[in-house]
Amino acid sequence: MARVSVDITRRNGAGASGSGAEGCPGCKQLLTPDELAANFRVCHHCGQHLRVGSRERIEQLADVGTWSEVAGNLRPADPLEFYDLRPYPERLEEAGYDTGLSEAILTGTCKIHKMDTVLAVMDFDFMAGSMGSVVGERFWRAAETAIDARFPMVMICSSGGARMQEGILSLMQMAKTTCAVEMMAEAQVPLVTVLTHPTTGGVLASFATLADVIIAEPGALICFTGPRIIEQTIKEKLPPDFGKAESNMEHGQLDMIVPRPELKDKLVQILGMLEGGVACALEPLWEETRRPRRRGGAFTQALKRIKSFTNVPRRPS
Amino acid sequence: MELARHPKRPYTLDYIEHIFSGFIELRGDRCYGDDAAIVGGLAAYHGRTIMVIGHQKGRDLAARTRRNFGMPRPEGYRKAQRLMRLADKFGIPILTLIDTPGAHPGIAAEERGQGGAIANTMMCMARLDVPTVAVVIGEGGSGGALALAVTDRVLMLENSIYSVISPESCAAILWKDAGEAHLAAQTLRLTSADLSELEVIDDVLPEPRGGAHKDHAAAARAVKEALETNLRELEVIGPRQRRRERYEKFRRMGVWKENGLTLF
Repeated sequence: MARVSVDITRRNGAGASGSGAEGCPGCKQLLTPDELAANFRVCHHCGQHLRVGSRERIEQLADVGTWSEVAGNLRPADPLEFYDLRPYPERLEEAGYDTGLSEAILTGTCKIHKMDTVLAVMDFDFMAGSMGSVVGERFWRAAETAIDARFPMVMICSSGGARMQEGILSLMQMAKTTCAVEMMAEAQVPLVTVLTHPTTGGVLASFATLADVIIAEPGALICFTGPRIIEQTIKEKLPPDFGKAESNMEHGQLDMIVPRPELKDKLVQILGMLEGGVACALEPLWEETRRPRRRGGAFTQALKRIKSFTNVPRRPS
Repeated sequence: MELARHPKRPYTLDYIEHIFSGFIELRGDRCYGDDAAIVGGLAAYHGRTIMVIGHQKGRDLAARTRRNFGMPRPEGYRKAQRLMRLADKFGIPILTLIDTPGAHPGIAAEERGQGGAIANTMMCMARLDVPTVAVVIGEGGSGGALALAVTDRVLMLENSIYSVISPESCAAILWKDAGEAHLAAQTLRLTSADLSELEVIDDVLPEPRGGAHKDHAAAARAVKEALETNLRELEVIGPRQRRRERYEKFRRMGVWKENGLTLF
């Protein structure tokens, strides 16, 4: 698969996940870029997980030099000619200028601890990670890639919901991505999603919660309707832990909460187990811990011979 | 927009009464509760059965409260899933009637997994072997509506609306002023004509002059005819092919640029 590297000029002055010292939203202490980079953008004082841009997330998860973008040439259009206080194309241009991205999602293939994976990462810095036509189509293409190559898929979710500027077409992306997930399910392609802060609205109500295994980052806000709207509806203040990953966990909505430094290993472990085989990265471990096999009696030997005839398809390496 | 929300507009139960010669309501999600915002059950239709599932807003104040103005909770979506699987098991086609301001925004609904309920209902619909038809009869309120509308055919009554967000909320967020709802509605393009042009729906059904609320029977006749026509078209296709076409249909929704060309 050819790798296309694109040079994009960024405006000086960073997005939320760019350069420059940042204050931790949790404990308010100042964190230098080096400190953040060394700890996966997790505050080492209080453990607060700061937002990660899509490209940095890929660097954190993918083995060096293995990332290959898919559907990178897609660009958003303006089908509704949407003009609220500013025209949609203008908002898109500004978002691109701020982040250096063309859309709120990056999709591609890579190796994670030597395991071939389709990796899709959403970026909240680009128009609040809102899902429009390009996000939906890139997800579809990523799913197709996973099905054709028989790779598992990992989706890092981060979104404020559907992109209003594309109207009903954005809503339909929920249905479209759901159909893509259904196709993956038919093909027995594992899908693992990681819900990061925040994961809300149409993204939560489509592919994010349709994964085989749903992981969340600590403290992430994960809810369908935003807290402000709920407060307006019920006319009461919400508890401070409303909709957080921990609360979701308590209510049975997640499989696990994984701190970011452990995410890469955990993903490989889960994907390896879902595929029925042993993940490349864990093989050395298996060798060490495996007890010597017993030779076994006639029945066991016969079974071994039968097993050696059956063709168990192995994952392409 | 006002017509779509008219208090005398026919609701799901009205259509069921006019179109079908018999109806057995089925209730409960077998897990937690029964949500009155979604009505579902087996309907008798010219010697055969159709599974009908729809949002029900409620005619008087007591009913509206009981039915939460047609805003479903996870229980409602899980009941819908159960009924869809039931219909699939017995080869019964499904008709869904869409009329909701949206899914219920409440703490308990979130705790019981509102997002997941919507997603799983859509996935359940995507994999059905039976033919499915959805008709937006009033308000198609975002994900809460779409959950029941991942179907082979999506139709809209002339004066109904279908949107990713309510014009009021959109105005509040983008225009910073909920009073600009009419401007938001125009910009969002949420009428049946708009959606037809955007190729998001398959057909627009005519309403009696002045709106469906003027003549429930006529509106029901339009829906009945459309159901008849669409079912006939869908039933000649095998289930596998129908599913492929369903995926293809939703796959084509969206407009983007690729290598300089604008595609859909």
